[in-house]
Amino acid sequence: MAALRRRRFLTLGVLWLALAAAYFVVPLLATLKFSLQPTREGYHLDAYRVILQDPAFRQSLFFSFKLAVFTVIISLVLLVPTAYWVHLKLPKIRPVIEFLTILPFVIPPIVLVVGLLQGFRWTPTWFYGGYLILVVGYAILAFPYVYRSLDAGLRAIDIHTLSEAAQSLGARWTTVLFRVILPNLRAGLLSAAFLTLALVMGEFTMGQLMQFPTFAVYISYIGQTQATGAAALSLLSFAITWVAMLGILLAAGRGAGARAAQVGGVH
Amino acid sequence: MPYLELRDVTKRFGNVTALDDVTFELEQGEFFSMLGPSGCGKTTALRIVAGFESPDEGAVVVDGKDLTRTPPNRRDMGMVFQAYSLFPNMTARQNVEFGLRIRKRSAEQRTDRAGELLDLVGLSAQGDRYPYQMSGGQQQRVALARALAIEPKVLLMDEPLSALDARVRVSLREEIRRIQTELGITALYVTHDQEEALSISDRVAVMNAGKPEQIAPPLEIYAEPATPFVAEFVGTMNRLEATVGDGGSVRYGGTQLGVDAVRGRPSGERVLVLVRPESVTVEPLSEGDAPAGALSGRVLSGVFLGPVTRIKVETPEQGQISADVPSATAGRFNVGASVVARFDAAHARVLDLTGE
Repeated sequence: MAALRRRRFLTLGVLWLALAAAYFVVPLLATLKFSLQPTREGYHLDAYRVILQDPAFRQSLFFSFKLAVFTVIISLVLLVPTAYWVHLKLPKIRPVIEFLTILPFVIPPIVLVVGLLQGFRWTPTWFYGGYLILVVGYAILAFPYVYRSLDAGLRAIDIHTLSEAAQSLGARWTTVLFRVILPNLRAGLLSAAFLTLALVMGEFTMGQLMQFPTFAVYISYIGQTQATGAAALSLLSFAITWVAMLGILLAAGRGAGARAAQVGGVH
Repeated sequence: MPYLELRDVTKRFGNVTALDDVTFELEQGEFFSMLGPSGCGKTTALRIVAGFESPDEGAVVVDGKDLTRTPPNRRDMGMVFQAYSLFPNMTARQNVEFGLRIRKRSAEQRTDRAGELLDLVGLSAQGDRYPYQMSGGQQQRVALARALAIEPKVLLMDEPLSALDARVRVSLREEIRRIQTELGITALYVTHDQEEALSISDRVAVMNAGKPEQIAPPLEIYAEPATPFVAEFVGTMNRLEATVGDGGSVRYGGTQLGVDAVRGRPSGERVLVLVRPESVTVEPLSEGDAPAGALSGRVLSGVFLGPVTRIKVETPEQGQISADVPSATAGRFNVGASVVARFDAAHARVLDLTGE
């Protein structure tokens, strides 16, 4: 009786898993088929060739990547010391910061864009007229993801004791941060970087409203003009995101592997 | 001239006064412990010495220099923490070298010094291990080596053994004392464990409500507690509220007891007589009343403590009194048995009852 129930439970589990997998995989397969065989003439890679040969593809891709890198740098430079200090010295304002992290979700992007353009009007032209204004916008959008990743990382280590131990040994605040806290915050930093990268690579509204040729804007343009190209581009962007994620995971894994190998020698 | 001084230090956290006008001094090379219950201010005092807290009033002076406003990273004080504080991303050796790296010592100097100290704490073979590969005791040894590596002016230890199991705690505390004596370093130690404080310190400050109640060598703290709090906190103490009688005696309930320490006190004065359980003897009561100068009662409980068993005797009028009897003979004192308890008149200490 129990064996029968277990088998039925297993069957149901497999069925449910298959359904969930189908929900994600079928649209991808359909998109792949459409991108390879738009007509009944057989399979070919024309849609991919057209996209990959389009200079706007590479330009928008690299432009968005550049924005993502700048956003990651600015976000981490601003938020690592902030999150550290809030944890260490100002734990009472943590609820306030957590409330602030919700704001980018609830403020409509158009309001954010208008606010940014109004708020930074006084800044020099090289900043206001260039893509750095968009980086600022993206840093605001990335704020919840970056802060929460760092927050989770900081909760996982005893930063009070580690900071005080380092200080008692003569370390200044900068040394404490760079030599003690950051190396132990690697998972949080990687997670923040990846989420920001994924966010910026896919962000459309701000780029469109501020009229920057970002990758998402390019995808939207192709979607309106070339049906098969849009399908190919969707899969390409999907692959790019996964490759980027894999790159970060491998980089993190290599670090951990090196440490494990080093440790292995002492056993 | 004292090496480390806390002068009239007061520290408040909101409405709570953590330290209330505290003053004490340490000689160079002394092992000084602050002992007390949670919230008595001992850790606050240590953190003020380390520079992690600033006093509201008073000063911290080390070797004649006022360090009250000096940041912790410029005080040259090695500290061992209660929580495991090794840097997780560094090996034991790298942890020990950390302070030397900050001081820009050469690689050779760092390696030599780290090797010496790991050897000193008995971990020379574990230098390449990461903290997560070491036991709690090993981690605290490395933390000790790391604190000593910078040749600190004062070694500060904030309950460094409290997270360890009993066996490791005893062996490590002896090791800490051995290393401190060997290096002749001045050490300030915080603990709530009386046995720990009494066993390794040159002097102990028993703290209560933000003030030291008594500062004295361990034996004096144990044998001659200055206040009822010290008497209660350090070891187990029988407290007998009595009235001074004639000729070195007190009246406790209806019993006359010999207590040498009341000689010279006016007859009729209310006093607190303190007697350690090991100074009390019990004997089975044969038929009849208790002999003079002894308390009679019934055995309430017997707790096995290894070499001795603590017998608690309930006296009909006066409450309870505890006595330590050799465990080998404790079988004579079953619960409910009638016994007499007595103590030597010379072994009782007397405090003013009003001083409580």
